[in-house]
Amino acid sequence: MREMSNPFAPTAYERRKARTARVMEYVFLAMGIALIIPMLLIIGVIVVKGWPALSWEYLTANPMRGGAVGGIWGPLIGTFYLTVLCLLIVAPVGILAGIYLNEYAPDNRLTRAIMIAVTSLAGVPSIVHALFGLGAFVAAMHLNKSLLVAAATLAVMTLPVMITSTREALAAVPRNFREACWNLGATRWQTIRTIVLPNSISGILTGVILVVARAAGETAPIMLTGAVASMWVEDEGWAKFTPYRLDEQFMAMAMHLNSIARDVPGMPESMKFGSALVLLLLILTINSAAVALRLYLRRRKRW
Amino acid sequence: MSLPPAAAEPPGGAVPTGDGNGGGVVGRVPARRGGRAMFRGEWVIEFLIRLCGWSSIICVAAIFYFIIQEAAPVLPTMDWGEFFGSVIWRPTSAVPRYGALALIVGNLAVAIVAMAMAVPLGLGAAVYISEFAGPRVRETMKIAIEVLAAVPSIVWGFIGLTIISPLLIRYAGAELGGNLLNGAVILALMSVPLIVSISEDALRAVPDSYREAAMALGANKWEMVRRVLFPAARNGLLAACMLGVGRAVGETMAVLLATGNVVQIPHSFVDPIKTLTATIAAEMGEATPGQPHYQVLFLIGILLLVITCAINVIADFIIKGAKAKANA
Repeated sequence: MREMSNPFAPTAYERRKARTARVMEYVFLAMGIALIIPMLLIIGVIVVKGWPALSWEYLTANPMRGGAVGGIWGPLIGTFYLTVLCLLIVAPVGILAGIYLNEYAPDNRLTRAIMIAVTSLAGVPSIVHALFGLGAFVAAMHLNKSLLVAAATLAVMTLPVMITSTREALAAVPRNFREACWNLGATRWQTIRTIVLPNSISGILTGVILVVARAAGETAPIMLTGAVASMWVEDEGWAKFTPYRLDEQFMAMAMHLNSIARDVPGMPESMKFGSALVLLLLILTINSAAVALRLYLRRRKRW
Repeated sequence: MSLPPAAAEPPGGAVPTGDGNGGGVVGRVPARRGGRAMFRGEWVIEFLIRLCGWSSIICVAAIFYFIIQEAAPVLPTMDWGEFFGSVIWRPTSAVPRYGALALIVGNLAVAIVAMAMAVPLGLGAAVYISEFAGPRVRETMKIAIEVLAAVPSIVWGFIGLTIISPLLIRYAGAELGGNLLNGAVILALMSVPLIVSISEDALRAVPDSYREAAMALGANKWEMVRRVLFPAARNGLLAACMLGVGRAVGETMAVLLATGNVVQIPHSFVDPIKTLTATIAAEMGEATPGQPHYQVLFLIGILLLVITCAINVIADFIIKGAKAKANA
């Protein structure tokens, strides 16, 4: 009976089709892997080359001679202050804007215009934000290029991130919660303050963390509005923790990496890669905090 | 349910009436100042909320206003034929020339080459993640892509300068490490996460019934992807590619470090180029405020702003349109 052809056996055409489908699956897999391999290689190279430079002295010494000697304390603390200031400006405005868009905004033309503005603000290139900071704060308001101006420029740049994530966090709170609260006689703001915000605070925090990661890594906006490649800073005692004034120029990690990426005479390669590694670890750590918070949220969601 | 608003117990008239308040937008009945609708002082916070709600519009308007204001003095005397038609960019010579053609071509060239790499890879990876991968592979790949997205642009530039440059000199026969191909590889890696996540959303938005119908007709997975998913998700995939282009055109620090910064029209993949964004970043430090060079750099900023805003807004409309169609 074996000689009799099996009527259900795949024809040559079907076999060809099945083979194509199998091949295509591997092609798609290869494309996915092609994205991950370079990332692993690049991070691997930075870690291997930068690791020898990392030490307590490297982190706590100020850079000297254009970064060739010393460490990265000045830029590191500069990035910290820059990020905190940026957050102080953008968090209240962004969160309130998110509240407006989710809780107050009627479905009309103005709201749609606001949404388009958020989209286009998110798409503005970072160097154009730098030009804005230069034109608005330095040229028009006659402020010095300074920590404050750079932070304000970064705040404008990160505003759409804050608005979008706040809005998403608020939208995840079910409408029944609000209705129950209104029916108990609470005003709209009371409802937001006592019901909506406490139930979405982790989502808003995720947005805050994303803003921090973005602000700490950006270079273009701060390089035209106050960050400098190198400068003298206080190196003694408590002054070491507050080396910059609000209205003075400052150093930041991203700017530091930008200046040492080109040739600095007498600078060991490991120190360059060390700076890149510190910045990369900083950003990835902040981002993983956001991811962890999101996972935690998803797990303990009560509705 | 039609209580007179002044006597409404849930103040602010925020009685949910179900009169078409969809999409997370809470009922719109004006809150009354003074009456029982609000506690004293509450209008302050509501005023602040409204003010901040307009902040994004204020910011966009301010960006346009201040950049145009800084560029304005040079506009009447600008030789537009030279700006768009000449490749001679000599802003600091005794007779300054502002021909931005090579910068525009350089910027587009690096973005196009980057997209030629990033779009197939990004779409392929998105298809794999959304259609083929099991849950664990999917989560791993998504984390990898998030890591890729988190790397700051200056670190990418550093990678281009220190890691990819020597490779290109040794294997691609490049004379200088900083060149078009280097910038394009970096930009491709930078814009891929955006393309993957938006394409994946677009593929997710295709209803499962489409997939089931295709399978029931005897299609295998690849045929289903090619004949059903791609056409159904076409708009979303297109928007993903456009946002990738927007990202690549506007990127500054990575191309500043990785493309070599030589003002010329590239003739091969390993020619160094200079982009509009890198020009602003590199030359603004030397330009004196109020001088033509400074103003022309702001003019380039206007050009970039208009290009990227157009790309992003159009892509957003395409995404919204695709979503509306999927929900209908």
